[in-house]
Amino acid sequence: MYEILAKEELGTINKLMVIDAPLVARKAQPGQFVILRVIEEGERIPLTIADFDREEGTITLMFQEVGKSTMHLGLLEVGDELASFTGPLGRPTEIENYGTVVCVGGGVGIAPVYPIARALKEAGNEVFSIIGARTKDLLFWEDKMRSVSDELIVCTDDGSCARKALVTEPLKELCESRKDIAHVWAIGPAIMMKFASLTTKPFGVKTIVSLNSIMVDGTGMCGACRVEVGGRTKFVCVDGPELDGHEVDWDLLMARQRIYLTEEKRAFDEFKLKCECDSGL
Amino acid sequence: MAEAKKPKREKIPRQEMPRQAPEVRRRNFNEVALGYPDELMILESKRCLQCKKPKCIEGCPVEVDIPAFILKLQEGDLPGAAAALYADNNLPAICGRVCPQETQCEAVCVLAKKEEPVAVGRLERYVADWKMSQGMKAPDYVDGWRISQDTEAPEKAPPSGKRVAVVGSGPAGLTCAADLARYGHQVTIFEALHAPGGVLVYGIPEFRLPKAIVYAEVDYVKSLGAELILDCVIGKTLTLDDVFDDGYEAVFLGTGAGLPMFMNIPGENYNGVYSANEFLTRVNLMKGYLFPEWDTPVRIGRRVAVVGGGNVAMDAARCSMRLGADEVLIVYRRSRVELPARAEEAENAEEEGIVFHYLTNPVEIYGDDNGWVRGMKCIQMELGEPDASGRRRPVPIEGSEFDLDVDTVIMALGTRPNPMVFTDAGGLERTRWGTVVADEVTGRTTREGVWAGGDIVTGAATVISAMGAGKTAAADMDRYLRGESTTWWEPEEETAQA
Repeated sequence: MYEILAKEELGTINKLMVIDAPLVARKAQPGQFVILRVIEEGERIPLTIADFDREEGTITLMFQEVGKSTMHLGLLEVGDELASFTGPLGRPTEIENYGTVVCVGGGVGIAPVYPIARALKEAGNEVFSIIGARTKDLLFWEDKMRSVSDELIVCTDDGSCARKALVTEPLKELCESRKDIAHVWAIGPAIMMKFASLTTKPFGVKTIVSLNSIMVDGTGMCGACRVEVGGRTKFVCVDGPELDGHEVDWDLLMARQRIYLTEEKRAFDEFKLKCECDSGL
Repeated sequence: MAEAKKPKREKIPRQEMPRQAPEVRRRNFNEVALGYPDELMILESKRCLQCKKPKCIEGCPVEVDIPAFILKLQEGDLPGAAAALYADNNLPAICGRVCPQETQCEAVCVLAKKEEPVAVGRLERYVADWKMSQGMKAPDYVDGWRISQDTEAPEKAPPSGKRVAVVGSGPAGLTCAADLARYGHQVTIFEALHAPGGVLVYGIPEFRLPKAIVYAEVDYVKSLGAELILDCVIGKTLTLDDVFDDGYEAVFLGTGAGLPMFMNIPGENYNGVYSANEFLTRVNLMKGYLFPEWDTPVRIGRRVAVVGGGNVAMDAARCSMRLGADEVLIVYRRSRVELPARAEEAENAEEEGIVFHYLTNPVEIYGDDNGWVRGMKCIQMELGEPDASGRRRPVPIEGSEFDLDVDTVIMALGTRPNPMVFTDAGGLERTRWGTVVADEVTGRTTREGVWAGGDIVTGAATVISAMGAGKTAAADMDRYLRGESTTWWEPEEETAQA
């Protein structure tokens, strides 16, 4: 069950995995996510779907090793199996022909923005894409993104590759130069999505973000993922993950992402220590 | 009354079941109630009068032949007792622990009129635990011939060749699946989570219902022939329409009431405010109390307020205490008399040092600069006229606001059915409370071929009433699948619009 069919390291901290999950692949659409557990004692971690192949029955995931569970996931190899894999969860991206759209992917967020850009392109949109990362090593999928975009802008925070800029800079320029932009998708770290939303707000361009809250079940049962959107409480797992970036209470979202910081650090440190001990034996 | 030929009945008091002492158990997750030792079981079983017209059976939602299994205990025939019990109840180790016997079988026991009723639940638990310790092997069929080494296992009909689906592996789904398998149908249970059991696993804590007991009973249901598919969310991974397209001829919906409710008061999204569902799921399903050996953390503060007065509130409060909180409060807007929790559970909580604030309702949660709970503003209530439920309506007393010094708040305000299962499931009428409209007698919904039972129909209720609904639905599904019932149910006007 849920065998890892392929694994690829993209740069220093991004890892890609292709998982055998035919039932999930049969229904998967851009914008949705899955919840998996690495081991029996593992936590349920939500990951946005980076790609899917209905015929092969596979789901592609991209993740950064930011804590114990993702580090453990990263240690698995082709042929290993996950303890559980559930999906597709959340609402799919609302794909239609809007005219001109912009897809922004920051860091690991480049992965989930790719199937959205592809679907928007297939639906007949003129697609501008912007991808960015802190540094060259963290960039990936430039070719894939270019293949589904009418124009691709690449940038890095430190200028180690392509343009030295935050993704919000070219986004602002596009909003200024192209008055016909109908929709923006911005996916990446919360802080990037917050500033992308602030960038587009003065232009009145609808901006959809994909929120990465803490979740447990992912089916609306627990409310761990609740955020405020337009002053109303929403559950990211069932009302999202894609929500209106201009309406999201970003400070609340970011505070709630930090709930388990202490525990996460403790688990991560203990796991790293254990890994070092194991490899030292 | 006792039969004349029996020797004169010696007067035996109702036997208490040994429990962990409150000061010990309040800090561990081991089972509180320890079960009868043999000698207490024997004494207690002797108290049953073996009534000619037993009331207890009628008092049981799944109509267990209670005198029959107790008679076997009186005769010292444990295998016989197990056979009698499992004939009617597929999940006795669970029922013996979490059924509210005091309002069901034990409430109508003849002895209850003069003294205390027979401790049916404790005896049921004894038999189920004994059977589990012996290993349970369900009967099997090869080419229509029964082959089973286990004579205590219940009867099972030969294969019917019909495929049926059960959505949800909680008490309603497991009971329904077990009976459908015994009727000879090929059953598949679809479970959304990574473990079976539904509320028995994510909701009810280990110290009331050990998960090993639930998994053992799930294994028994599987041994009857039911297939279990985990990680499959009906409405997402597959829809109800997909299930029918895949060749299932009848479907039972037992997805419960999993959607948490909040109060919609200011500050409810601060860090440190949990729904009881989230808190209990972290603790029970994800074994948060074993962090970091198990990965899922659960954060508990120094002073915890649990809002609500039901069994879920008691469970959340008692888990908080076990996780090491200094002080745990129950905040309930009515008085002790209206407390919806089982009396036994409220007493357990009190014994463990949980403090009850009655006639108190939260109005606001305060947060600190980092977005963490730092207190809760409450208002004093008084009881006014009875409301629709017959209970006196709590009314706020003007100007009586006061602050509680708490850093964690758990909202245990009840739950509603999760609407996810209704995606691509046309023809299923629902009430305005989100519950599915179903015939009380058979469990039939407004869509032909679909039955429903348990909390998805009633809203949050008890394990045993869900099991009762699963059982009656299974019987009706069997009639339908055998072609003995041709016209489908239609609701009366008011029900459909309610």
